Amino acid sequence: MRGALRAAVCVVSLALGALACSGGKSGGDVIVVGHVASMTGDTATFGRSADQGMRMAIEELNAAGGVLGKKLELVTEDDRSVTEEARTAAQKLLQRDHVVALLGEVASSRSLAAAPEAQRAKVPMISPGSTNPKVTEVGDYVFRACFIDPFQGAVMARFAMNELHAKRLAILFDFKQDYSVGLAEFFRDTVRKNGGEIVADERYTSGDIEFRAQLTTIRAANPDAIFVPGYYTELGLIAKQARELGVNVPLLGGDGWDSEKTLEIGGDAVEGYFFSTHYAADSDNPRVQEFVKRFAAKYGATPDAMAALGYDTAGILADSLKRAGTTDGAKLRDAIAATSGFDGVTGKISIDPNRNARKDAVVLQIRGGKFHYYRTVSAE
Amino acid sequence: MENLLQQLLNGVTWGSIYALIALGYTMVYGVLRLINFAHGEVYMMGAMTGYYAAHWLGFAGEPSLLGLVAVLTASMAVCGLLGALIERVAYRPLRGAGRLAPLITAIGVSLLLQNSGQLVFGADPKFFPPLLRSREVFGAGEVAVSNIQLTVLATAILLMGALQYIVQRTRFGRAMRAVSYDAPAAALMGVPVDRVISGTFVLGSMLAAAAGILVGLSNPKIDPLMGLMPGLKAFVAAVLGGIGSVPGAMVGGLLLGVIETLVTGYLSSTYRDAIAFVILVVILLYRPTGLFGAPQTEKV
Repeated sequence: MRGALRAAVCVVSLALGALACSGGKSGGDVIVVGHVASMTGDTATFGRSADQGMRMAIEELNAAGGVLGKKLELVTEDDRSVTEEARTAAQKLLQRDHVVALLGEVASSRSLAAAPEAQRAKVPMISPGSTNPKVTEVGDYVFRACFIDPFQGAVMARFAMNELHAKRLAILFDFKQDYSVGLAEFFRDTVRKNGGEIVADERYTSGDIEFRAQLTTIRAANPDAIFVPGYYTELGLIAKQARELGVNVPLLGGDGWDSEKTLEIGGDAVEGYFFSTHYAADSDNPRVQEFVKRFAAKYGATPDAMAALGYDTAGILADSLKRAGTTDGAKLRDAIAATSGFDGVTGKISIDPNRNARKDAVVLQIRGGKFHYYRTVSAE
Repeated sequence: MENLLQQLLNGVTWGSIYALIALGYTMVYGVLRLINFAHGEVYMMGAMTGYYAAHWLGFAGEPSLLGLVAVLTASMAVCGLLGALIERVAYRPLRGAGRLAPLITAIGVSLLLQNSGQLVFGADPKFFPPLLRSREVFGAGEVAVSNIQLTVLATAILLMGALQYIVQRTRFGRAMRAVSYDAPAAALMGVPVDRVISGTFVLGSMLAAAAGILVGLSNPKIDPLMGLMPGLKAFVAAVLGGIGSVPGAMVGGLLLGVIETLVTGYLSSTYRDAIAFVILVVILLYRPTGLFGAPQTEKV
C-alpha cells in the first residue's frame, strides 16, 4: 500500500514536471523544428537526403542571423521506413520536443500516418516529397512542397505516348504504397483518355525480391513501354530481372526512382530509362548550380531530388515564420498557406488552396550511369 | 504455352531455394522432433556472410565462377558452425524437457538473430555483389533461360544429390536414420546421439547458407529480416512434403515455388503469400503427414 502510494506520488509529480516544462524547449533562444524521416530501412536515402537538405538550409539561415531573432534547430526522428513508426515518431516530436512545425515524411503512406498527429496538435506539417493527393486532405495544417500524383502520372503517360510513341502500355506497381497505387491510377486514366491501351496491369508488394512471374506475364502482352511507379529498391531488382527475361522496352517511373541507389542496384539494367521528378542537378539554372556546388562541398555528393526538396521545405518554413512573426501554430499555418512565388531550387513554389505546391516537373533519363536532364513539363 | 514454360522455369528456380531451406527443417525435425524456427535466420546469416566474404576476398568487383565457389564455401562453413553453436547453446541444455520448451527457445534464437543482425549489419538493405554476369544462355522462342537461373538450379540439384548420398550411403547417414527411427535404442547400440544431432544441424545450416547465396545471386537484395518469410514458407514446404522426409522437403519446396509463381503470373501477386498458408491449413486438415510422410516411410 505504501509502495503504491509512493508510486502514485511519483507519477503525479512527473506529470506536473512535464506540464511545467511544456513549451519550454521552443521558448528559449531556439526554435525547434521536427523531422519525421526514414533514416534507415528500405527507402533510407529519401530520409537521409531530405535531412541533409534541411540541415544545410537551416545552417545557412542561422549563419545569416536566424529567424525571428532565434536560431532554428532540427530534431530528426527515424521511422525506419515503417508506416506505423512514422506516427510514433511524429508523436514523440510533438509531445517530447514540442516542435513548432513538423517536416516530413517523403513516402506518402508514412506522411498519411503522421499527418493526423500534426493536425490534432494544430502544429503545421510540411511534407517535402509526398505526392499522393490524400496527404494534404488530412486537414488544414498539412502542406507539401511538391506537385501531386495526378500531375506526375499524367506527365509520364503523355511522355510515353507523345515522345516514345508508345500505344500499348503495361503497369507494374506496388499495391502496398499509396504513392505507387495513386500514380498507377492516374497514369492508367490518362493513357485511356488519350486513346492508348493498358495491355498488362500487374502488382507487387514492398519488400518483394522476385518479380519474374509478373514480368513474364507483362512480356507476353507485348507492351511498347512499362510504367513502374515504385521505389528505387524494388525498381533495381525489377530492371535486372526484366533484362534477364529479354524484356527490351523502356521502363518509366516517377520520383520514387530519384536516388543514387537506383544506379547502384540497377547498374547496366536501368540504362536508357526515364522518370519524372522535381529537379535536375545538371540544370543550367544558376540557383540550382549554386545549390549543387554548396551541397557537394558540404556532403561530398550530388544532391538528389529529396535533398533539394528538403532544402526548399526548410526554406518555405523559415520564410513563413518570418512573415508570421511568431511561432504560434495557427498564425504560422496561415503564413504557409499564403506562400506565393517562393524561389526554391526545385522551381518557383506557390501553395494552392488545397495546400499543394504548384510547380513544374522535369523528366530525367538514365545514361552512362548518371541522371540526365531531358525535358521540363510545365504545371499549367 | 511458351509463357507457361517460362513461368514453370521461374517457379522451379524460386522453389529450389525453398527446398534447400525446407531440408534443414525436415532433418532437424527428423532427429529431434523440433521445429527449428531459427532456421530462416541461418539462411539470412548465409546471405550476409556471403556478402562480407565477397567483399573481403575481393570478388565483389568482377564476376567470376571461382568467386562464386569461394563465397559459397565460406558461407556454408560459417553457417555450419553457427548451426552447431545454436544447437549446443540453445537446444542441447533442454534435451528431455518436453517439446514446448525447445520450441519457444527456437523462437527466441530467431528473434535474437534478427535483432542482433539489425544491430551489427544495420537495418538498411544491402545489395549482393554480382558474382556472375547475367546473360541469356539459350532462348527457345519466348522462353529465356539465364545463366543465373541455371546456376541456381544446378547448385540446388547438386547439393540435394550430395545430401541424398550422405543420408543413404554413409555411416553418418545411417546413424542419422537410426537416431530418427529410435534415439534411445540407437544410443544403446553405441550411436553417439549428441554428435549425430550436432551433425544434422551442421548439414541443415549449410544448405540454408547455400540458399542464402543463391538468393543473393538471383535476387540481390538482402537485409537482416529477410529470413522471416522464406523461413515460414519453407516450413510450409516441409509440411507439404511430409515433415521428417528428405525427398518430401525437396518436392514440397519445388511445388510451393511453382504454385506461387503460377498464382502471381495468372491470378495476382496479392494472393501469393496467402496461398502458402492456405496450403498449410489444408494439408494439416486432410493429410497431416504430407505427400511423402506415411508413417512407415523412412525418416531422417
